[in-house]
This record gives sequence, structure tokens and C-alpha cells, in this order.
Amino acid sequence: MSALLETSGLQKSFGAVVAAKDISVVARRGEKLGLIGNNGAGKTTFVNLVTGYLRPDAGRVVLDGQDIAGLAPRKVRRHGVSRSFQIPQLFASLTPEENLLIALGIAGKEGMSSWRPARSTAMMADLEDLLARFRLGEYRDHAIVALPGGVRKLVDIAMAVTHRPKLLLLDEPTSGVAAEEKFPLMDVIMRALEGSDATVLFVEHDMEIVGRYAERVLAFYEGRVIADGTPATVFGNADVQRYVTGMTP
Amino acid sequence: MAARLGTLAAALVAFAALALLGRVLPNWFILVATLAFAKGLVALGLVVLMRGGLVSFGQGIFFCAGAYAAGLAMRSLGIGDAVLLTALGGGAALILGIVIAPLLASYRGIFFATLTLALSMIAYGILDKTYSLGGSDGINLHGPSFLGYHPPTPQDESYALFVLTSLATVIAAALCRIHFASLRGLLSLAARDNEIRVEYLGTSVRWVSGTNFAISALLGGIGGALSALSLGHIDPDFTFWTTSGEFVFLAILSGYASVTAVFFAAVLVELVRSFSSQYFPNTWQGALGIFLLLVILFLPQGLGSLLQRPRRGKAAPARVTAEGGE
Repeated sequence: MSALLETSGLQKSFGAVVAAKDISVVARRGEKLGLIGNNGAGKTTFVNLVTGYLRPDAGRVVLDGQDIAGLAPRKVRRHGVSRSFQIPQLFASLTPEENLLIALGIAGKEGMSSWRPARSTAMMADLEDLLARFRLGEYRDHAIVALPGGVRKLVDIAMAVTHRPKLLLLDEPTSGVAAEEKFPLMDVIMRALEGSDATVLFVEHDMEIVGRYAERVLAFYEGRVIADGTPATVFGNADVQRYVTGMTP
Repeated sequence: MAARLGTLAAALVAFAALALLGRVLPNWFILVATLAFAKGLVALGLVVLMRGGLVSFGQGIFFCAGAYAAGLAMRSLGIGDAVLLTALGGGAALILGIVIAPLLASYRGIFFATLTLALSMIAYGILDKTYSLGGSDGINLHGPSFLGYHPPTPQDESYALFVLTSLATVIAAALCRIHFASLRGLLSLAARDNEIRVEYLGTSVRWVSGTNFAISALLGGIGGALSALSLGHIDPDFTFWTTSGEFVFLAILSGYASVTAVFFAAVLVELVRSFSSQYFPNTWQGALGIFLLLVILFLPQGLGSLLQRPRRGKAAPARVTAEGGE
């Protein structure tokens, strides 16, 4: 597999706090990577640096041979990068259906017309497909505020995949979800992504989830990647056990 | 396609009904309704902005730009056709809006509101002291024609202007309704709810706000030109903060759920104002204030919420599984 994303020497500080010290990562096409680390290890900072929410102090973010470091989120998106959020970023006054219609409309080739109705035949066909893939059909016209946390996560992720990203970053897809719902939720997400050649990076604290769904794991500690490899290799790494998983080697 | 055709057909029927009603209604009501519809157009522009999460406290600047463009075209260029004057008014305000939009599109909340207020008050100050534009006395407009038709009596002129204003109103209302039901219309609501997500989906919130601002300017200018033709007089008060406040009043009263509600609210307020100023000349502002207070208390989403079907707020099942639902 060829490299899709290559970051080198990414640095970011907030005053005296160093959030990213020297993050160098390679993600190959179609790979599913789990990002692990304690709070403050630099995982979300990494996601924010790659997706344009933060501008790096130093370093490069190269996607498909183009440096996208420091570009605004909407420009990064045009390069094929998409993300979901730890706290789902939805349009709270709209229904899940309307949230997805907006995402599909922006991703579509026809543009955001003032004349064409939101629920055009073509849009509805795409919408039904998306609702089915993410098992959201029964929630389509509910109020966002009345949705369970897991469903909000699914709407958030479904919005992120509407433009068929090359690189999808999921920031803690199971956080805030009841323990017994985590695996079903990840199953829905992974099934929905079947057939896509997108590279998926997901930040996760639950090692069982990482072990089951990640092909490769990156362990973060104090703004650096301290281990990179298969789940078994990384979980067996002494530094990871000491600083991340908390198990004594 | 059916929904859009339905909206346009409803607009056509509404226009025909208004044109017929204008023949039987008393002249005083025609005058009130003409002014109400013209101001309703400005308030509709504010509603377009409000759907995107912005409130302008200086919409009078576009109302004034449209009015002065029409007045100056009549006075200096000798243009007497009301349709052309209305188009000029709308065009002048649209250009002004396009010029101002990039300056304001990055601001939100009170900053946006205050900046628009500041711009409108600067315009007021300039117009008040520019004697070539009439200074504080303003400009008078006289007897427009209507596509070659010269009304023989003042009553006929009022009726012709009412028909023109009704036509502008139904066209604007129909187009706004179609816009609100479109993806672009939904995008405004999305930008109001969550700007970060809109940017992450790949589009610019600045662009959304800027285009909404330009639309509101166009509607403000058309409303200003029609008001000027209806009143026969323009002065700098068209851009004074109290005038802008009146449009905010109308927009809050109507809410942003319904286009039709904007014009109902405008007619209602003009009627309340007319009767109050006749029977309670010193307290009519108080009557309007109490009226608004009651609406805010009992209809916080405005009069338009009475016309909207409840459709959301269903409680969702508590759990989600890989198979969906319980």
C-alpha cells in the first residue's frame, strides 16, 4: 500500500504547553489506524493539525504529495480529508435528515442552489442510501437533542463521509456511548465504510475497540508517537504499557 | 418541481386576489397596505439574515438607499416610471450591500448588529448635512407613471402603486419561500447552528452570510423605493436607528418560520400604528411595545409559528444497535 498521509516534525504549542512535540506519521491507503494515548498526549491535536483546525508551528502535512499544513478546514476537505468530532458537531435545530441533506448538498457536484428543493429526487436517493448504511432510518425526523449519544455519533460520522473522503479521522467515535453499545456502534461504522478505500484514523481510549478494529496502532505520549505497529506489537510495548495502558510490563 | 410550481401558482393567485381586493377596499386601507407591504419587504430581508443567525440593527441604510436612488432618478434623470424606479432602488441597495458585505460577513452577534447600526447612522449624518440631496428636508417625489399608464386621479395612483407593491411582494415572498425550502436555504440555518461544522463540510460561512446580506439589501432597497413612492417624500430619517428598529420589530413579530407571516405582521403593525396614532396620539408606541411583549411571551417564535406544523421533538429510542433501533 502506498502512503496517503505523511506528517513530519509536526509541532504545536499553546503558550508553555507543548501539545505536539514532533509527530511524524505515515498512513497508507485503505489502512485503519487506531490512535491511543492518555488525555493530553496529542491525539486530538494531531487530528486538528491534519484537518486544518490548528496551524502547526512547524512541520509538514503531506496528503497525496501535496502539503496541506495550515490550510483552512474547508480547503483541507477539498483535498479529500474529513473528520468527525469527539462531541458531535451537528445542526441542532435541524433533523438528522436535514443534517445529512446539507452534507450531501455541499459534497454534491450540483452546488447549493436556491432554486432546487432540498428534497430533490436525486438527493433523496443518496440520502436513503446513507440512512440505510448508518442505520439511521428510524431517527431521520427526530430532534437532534432527543437522540441518544450513539445515534448522534453516527449522524456526525455519516456527515463526514458524504464526499467520499480519502482520509477519514474519527475523534473518539465511542466516547460518551454506553459500554454495551460501543461494539455495535463500531460495527455500524465499519460496515458503512465497507467498499470505501478511505484511510481511517480513529482516536480511541478503549483498547478492546482498538484491538478489534485497528490494523495498525499509533501510541501517543507527551506530544510524540512512542510506538507504531500492529495492535499486538504496540500493546506489548513496555513504554505503551507504562505510559498509555497502565499495565505493568 | 411540483412544490415550486405550487408556490408560484399560489403567488399568482395571491396577486390576483390582492389586485381585485384593491378595487373594493377603501383608499385609506390601500395606502396603509402599500406602506405595510413595502416595509414587509425590508423585514423579509431581515428574516433572510436572521435565518443565518444575524440581526441587522441598521437595515434602514438599504431602505434609505433604495428610496434615495428612486428619488434622485426621478428628480435628476427625469425617470417617472415606478417600475423602473423600484428596480433602480433595489439595484442601488444591492450594489451597496455587495460593497458592505465583505466588511461585515466575518462578524457575528452584537458586533454585526452594532456595525450595521453604525453604518446606517453614518449614512444618516451624511444625508442630513448634504444639502444637494435635500439635507434634513429630504426630497419630494411626484406622480409616477406605471409602464406608460398615467393615473388620472390620486386614488388611481394609489391603486396602481398598491398593485405594483403587491406584485413585488408576492414575487419576493414566493422566491424567498422557494429559497428557504432549498439546500441553500437549509445551509443558512446550518450556519446559524454550527459554523465550525459548515466549514468542515467544505463551504464558507462568510460566503453564506455575505449572500444573505446581499439578498437582504436588495429587498431593503425595493421596499425603500416603494415606500418613497407611496409617501411621496424621502428624508434622512429613512436610515435613522428608529426606522431600522421598526424592521427588527417586524422581523421578531413575524419570526422566521413563515414568509407570509412577515407581511401579516407588517399590515397588523401599520393598522395598530394608524389607529393608535389617531385615537391615542401620545401612547401609540407604548401600545406597539405591549403588543410585541405579548408576542414574545406567548409566541416566542413569532406569528409565523402559528402557521407552521409541529414536526420535531419526537423522543428517540434509548439505544442503538448494529441492526438499528432497539
